[in-house]
Order: sequence, then C-alpha cells, then structure tokens
Amino acid sequence: MNILNDMRFRAFCYQIGAIGLVAAAAWTMFATASDNLAKQNIATGFGFLARQAGFVISETAIVYQPTDSIARAILVGIVNTVKVSLLAAILGTVLGLFVGVARMSRNPVLARLALAYVEVLRNVPLLLYLFLWYSLIIMVFPPVKQALNILPGVYLSNSGLVLPAVFLESGALVFALFVCAGIAAAVLIRRISQRRRLTTGRSNHGTAIACLALLLPPLLLWMLGFVSFGWDIPQAGRFRLTGGLHVRPEFVALLFGLLLSVSASVAEIVRAGIQAIGPGQWEAAAALGLHRSRVMRLVVLPQALRLIIPPLTNTYLTVFKNSSLAIAIGYPDLVMVSNTVMNQTGQAIETIAIFMGVYLSLSIAISLTMNWYNARVALKER
Amino acid sequence: MAETQALPRPVGAAKPPVRRSGWVKAYFGTPLNSMISLVSMAAIFFLGKLAFGWLVVNAVFSGDAATCKASIGACWPFLAEKLRYMIFGFYPFEEQWRPFLAVVLFLASCLISMMPRFWSRTLLYVWLLVILPVLYVLLAGGVFSLSPVPTSSWGGLPLSFMLSFIGLVCALPLGIGLALARASSLPAIRILAVGFIEIVRGVPLISILFMATVMLPLFMPEGVSIDKLLRAQVAIIIFAAAYIAEIVRGGLQDVPEGQFEAGYSLGLSYWQVMRKIVLPQALKKVIPPMVGLFIGFFQDTTLVTIVGLLDFLDTVRSALRDPEWQGIAVLEGYVFAAAVYFTFSALMGLYSRFLEQHFRVTHG
Repeated sequence: MNILNDMRFRAFCYQIGAIGLVAAAAWTMFATASDNLAKQNIATGFGFLARQAGFVISETAIVYQPTDSIARAILVGIVNTVKVSLLAAILGTVLGLFVGVARMSRNPVLARLALAYVEVLRNVPLLLYLFLWYSLIIMVFPPVKQALNILPGVYLSNSGLVLPAVFLESGALVFALFVCAGIAAAVLIRRISQRRRLTTGRSNHGTAIACLALLLPPLLLWMLGFVSFGWDIPQAGRFRLTGGLHVRPEFVALLFGLLLSVSASVAEIVRAGIQAIGPGQWEAAAALGLHRSRVMRLVVLPQALRLIIPPLTNTYLTVFKNSSLAIAIGYPDLVMVSNTVMNQTGQAIETIAIFMGVYLSLSIAISLTMNWYNARVALKER
Repeated sequence: MAETQALPRPVGAAKPPVRRSGWVKAYFGTPLNSMISLVSMAAIFFLGKLAFGWLVVNAVFSGDAATCKASIGACWPFLAEKLRYMIFGFYPFEEQWRPFLAVVLFLASCLISMMPRFWSRTLLYVWLLVILPVLYVLLAGGVFSLSPVPTSSWGGLPLSFMLSFIGLVCALPLGIGLALARASSLPAIRILAVGFIEIVRGVPLISILFMATVMLPLFMPEGVSIDKLLRAQVAIIIFAAAYIAEIVRGGLQDVPEGQFEAGYSLGLSYWQVMRKIVLPQALKKVIPPMVGLFIGFFQDTTLVTIVGLLDFLDTVRSALRDPEWQGIAVLEGYVFAAAVYFTFSALMGLYSRFLEQHFRVTHG
C-alpha cells in the first residue's frame, strides 16, 4: 500500500506541516524583530522593569512614588484595573437585576422604560459614553478654586469629589483578624442553622445571629478601644485641596460607563434566564401555597441561575477587558501605565507581552472562578 | 389530543373565567401598580420635557458660536457647519461626493443583500467582484481620472463602515477555518487553533490594536512599511476571527453526528463533507448571532481613535475641539454621534430579530 494513502501518515504530515509553518513564521518574526531592535539600539529582555519609573501616576491604590521601579508602576496599573472593573461588575450587576426585573414587570410603562434603557445603552459604543460622561463632569461642575462645599469636609469640583478619609491609626492587624473571624463565624452559624432547619423542619433565627456574629467582633474591638480611627479632613488651599480621599473624574466616568454597560447586559441575561423557566414551575409552586417572592427565590432563580451564569461570565470578562478603554479618558489603568512605560523605554514588545499576559491570566482566573460557581449551581443529575 | 376532544362536555359546567385584560387593569390594577405607572410616566414626561426644551425650545437654530454660547439649548448651527467634516473627515472637500456616493452605494447594496430572497452565490460574487472594487476605487481614486486620495485622508463614517464591514468579510473565512481546526481530530491543529482563539478572546481589542500599530513595524523587514489603516484593519480582522470561530463552533456542534457519518459513508472526503453537508447547516444557524456580533464590531471600531485613526467618533471629537466651537457644542456633538451609532445598531438589531424569525419559520 502506498504510504501516501495511509490516513495516519497523512494526519501526521498535516500536523507537522502546521506546526512547522507556525514555528517558521514565529522564528522569522523573532529574527527580524531582534535585527530591527539591534539597529535601533534597544536592549531586549525584562531588565528595564527594575529601573526607576520616573513618572507620576494620578491615582494609586497602593503606595507609589515616581522613584519606585517600573515593575511597581505596572503593579499600580494592575490594581487600578482590578479596582474599577470589580466595582463596575458588582454595582452593574445590582443595577442590572433591578432593570431586568423592571423589564419583566406586568406594568407596560415600566417594562417599556426598562427596554428603552437597555436599548440606549447597548446600541451606542461604550467609548462614546466614556467621552460623554467625562466631558459632562468637566462641564457641569465648577473648577477647583470654586469647589462646591456640599457638606463639611466634602468638596465637589470638576477635578473630582474630595471626601474626609477614615484610616486605622493603630491595631490594623488585630482588626483585620477579627473581621476574618467574624466572617468565618457567620458562615459557620448559617450553615448549622440551615442544616437544623432542614432536619427539624422548623425555621430559626440563623441568619440574624450570623449577621450579629459578622458585626460583633470588630464592633467590640472598637468599643473596647483596641483600635482607633483617624480622620483625614481635606483642607481647601488657595489653588487646590489637600488631604482626604480624592475620587477623580476619570475614575467616576470610567466606573459609570462600565457599570451602566454591565447593567444593560445583566438585565437582558437575567430576563432571558427567568423567562426560560416555564410557567408550569410558577403554577406548581403557587399551588403548593408559596408566595410569589418565595417562588422566585426558591424555585425559579435556582433553575434560572444555570442559564444565567455562563453569559454572566462573559459579561464580567467583557467589563474587565473594556476597562482598558480607560486610556481614552486618562484613568491610569494597566494599559495606560504600560503605554507610558512603552513611550519612555521603547520596550514595546516586552511591555505589550506583559499586559497581554496579565489580561490573559486574569481572564482565565475569572473563567475558572465562574465555572466553579456554575458547577456548584448546576442541576445535579442523579 | 384526540382523547381530550372525545370527552363529552359536562352538562352545566361553567366556562373558565374570562381574564380581564383592559388597559386600566394593566396600568392601575393594584395600588402598587398605579404608583409604578405614575412614577414611570412622570419620569418619561420629565425626560421628554428636558429633551424637548434642549432640542427645540431653547435651541439656537441660526447664528454662530457666540449665539450658541449665550444659549442653554442645543446648537444646531454647529451641526450644520461641521456636518460634512464629521461625516467625511479630512477627505478633500471638493472630492467628498466620492465617499458620499460610496456610502450610499454601500448602504443600498446592504439593504438589498439583507433580503433573504436575493441570497445566492451570484450575490456573493457581485459583492466581491463589483461592489467592493467600485467602493475602493471611489475612495482611493487613481484611475478613471479620479484624483488619488491617500488612506491617511480617509475618515469619518465611511471609515467606520469600512473597518467593521471589511473586518467581518475577511474574518469570516478565517473564523470558519479556525472553528474547523478547533473541531479537528488532529491534536496539533486543534491545540494551535484553541491557543489562537483563547489568547485573542482573553485580551482586550485595544491591546491587539496596540500590537498592530506599535509592534508590527518591528516585525517587518527594513524598508517595508504597512499602511496604518491596513494595520488597524488587520487587528480588527484577527479579533473578529476569534469571536466568529466561537460562534461557528456552536453551529458545528449543533449539526448531528449522523450527518458527518452519513457523508463519510458515501465516500466523501473531509472537505467535501464540510463544504457540502456540515457547513451549510451550521452556518445557517449562526447567521442571527453573527449579525449581533457585527453590531458589536461596528461599535468596537470606535477604539481605533485611540491608536490615532480618524473614524467617525474621532472626527466628531475633533470637530468639538475646533477653537471656534470649543466647549460650546460638546453635548451636541456626542448626542449626534450617539444618534448615528444608535440608528445603525438598532436597525441591525431589528434585522437580527427578523432573521431569527425567518429561520424559525423556514427551517424549523
């Protein structure tokens, strides 16, 4: 038999061919790139990360000075990206739930209003909204010199909102420990009460006790005087405000834009998920004497969640990736910091590789977490 | 069903109660419902009044920047003066009939192609051999005594249409190929496809655009430079291909295994099975989600403004920054841009829903 007619041999050849093609392309690109870089006198490698950054980042969630290393600056960018996308995902989900419920309302006015909300958000590019919110903030609020003093210590101007900040003066570690202990206790109590309710069939006050267990330890610690809080009150200087917590307009515009887009997607996902549960489920639960809200919570939602979680995962991945639009309005997220690094050091390939790597690994982390949650809520086939 | 019909109707049994479905009940059935209705109507009235006041009552209909600055309403003269720039960008002013004609031709061709009755192989060839070349010649010029216009002068709405449409057209075969590779039984090819798709889907579009604009020149041999517009277009194609591949994969999974087996047992080769049996069924199923994806791409092309291309959003923004109008017509510009994007996206959304209905009716 001719070896060329052997299926396995052919399959082997195709695969070797594909790998060879990709490898050749990669090698050519690598060779030309290192050739070009050598001509431009740019050193390759990640050594530049240890160099001094030398640029200011307007918003830092962790301590950062321009004298810190470039690696630290990129870390600040990562933290900012995570901060804004996490907040947008949480707030957007809450808002989206309300809109989704309004969309299913039997009241036609409310349902249409919610539909209009979703359509207006989904049919206009997010980037346009970001520009719009940002310029509205800049236009509507007065400049810093005439900052509105809405409450004592709270200033509103077009360079952002300045609030008094609370910080722990002492006992931060003990406090954190107690908060963790409180959470653990609450989870434990809730689990025990749930099991007791299922075995005895009687309701108990597990949830209330759990809430108490959550709040009591830190509260106790504070009342006994083991920790003390300090206030950082903003001071109005001649040209700018100093001190306090500064919420910048770039952050607000980005957060607002992202959370609105999340809310529109979540509303549609929730509506589709709940409407996919047949009316028989509602009727059967109602026939058992359950109240509408209980039917929703105990019968419909657990089934709808299975349909809701996968597209919800996509929405969270999208908002995380969309937070990269920050660069358009000047919020120092990972991409914007990387862009600054790129312009300063000329290390384009390494920098882009770093931020793509970070996005990729965080995306995978989000997917894995959501898949794990999905496996938990999935219908157990017995 | 037959048994139910055979049952005799019990004598004297009451008919099931008729549900009252008057509008009064829908709006004011319960106290809570009435309150929701009133609050919602008040919100609509308030928003409507705000919009009407801004657009009509307080608006400036004629005048210049100074008149607009004094007024709190919308500034229509701004739109009138900047309209051509916002739509066509820096395209030479005397030649702007060419992009105008191109957009009209493009939209008309799209409208015709959207009707299922015109779907045929001929239509595809007409697009590839007639419409797209004509559009390119209209924009680029250089032949038929049309003066050449470099791509760096292209901008505005034609550019946005071009980036998203060409992106989709070129990404479609690539995406189908990737989907087939991902479903392949050859492990090496499958792994390569999965790697490509997951990497592209795991990073933001902006990073691929950066890669294309900043990194690609480094990978080119000396002396070879690729047009900036083309580089952004390539980035969009790569991005779109990965997403299309995932949608097509869904379609492929919906084709029953028996279809493949039947094809192979007839002695057809892999490509014959795919081309003649599997892909026609799979692609039919993915057309509606593909239109949805296209809406997303159309909106995502706005990102090219970050790497310095003059798409529609960018021309609107630079019109706002014109020193004469600076800070006067910000809202007007963005609302106009939003209205344009909304119109096209919403129309495509309607079309997507129409297609879903169409396929449900015609193909079960």
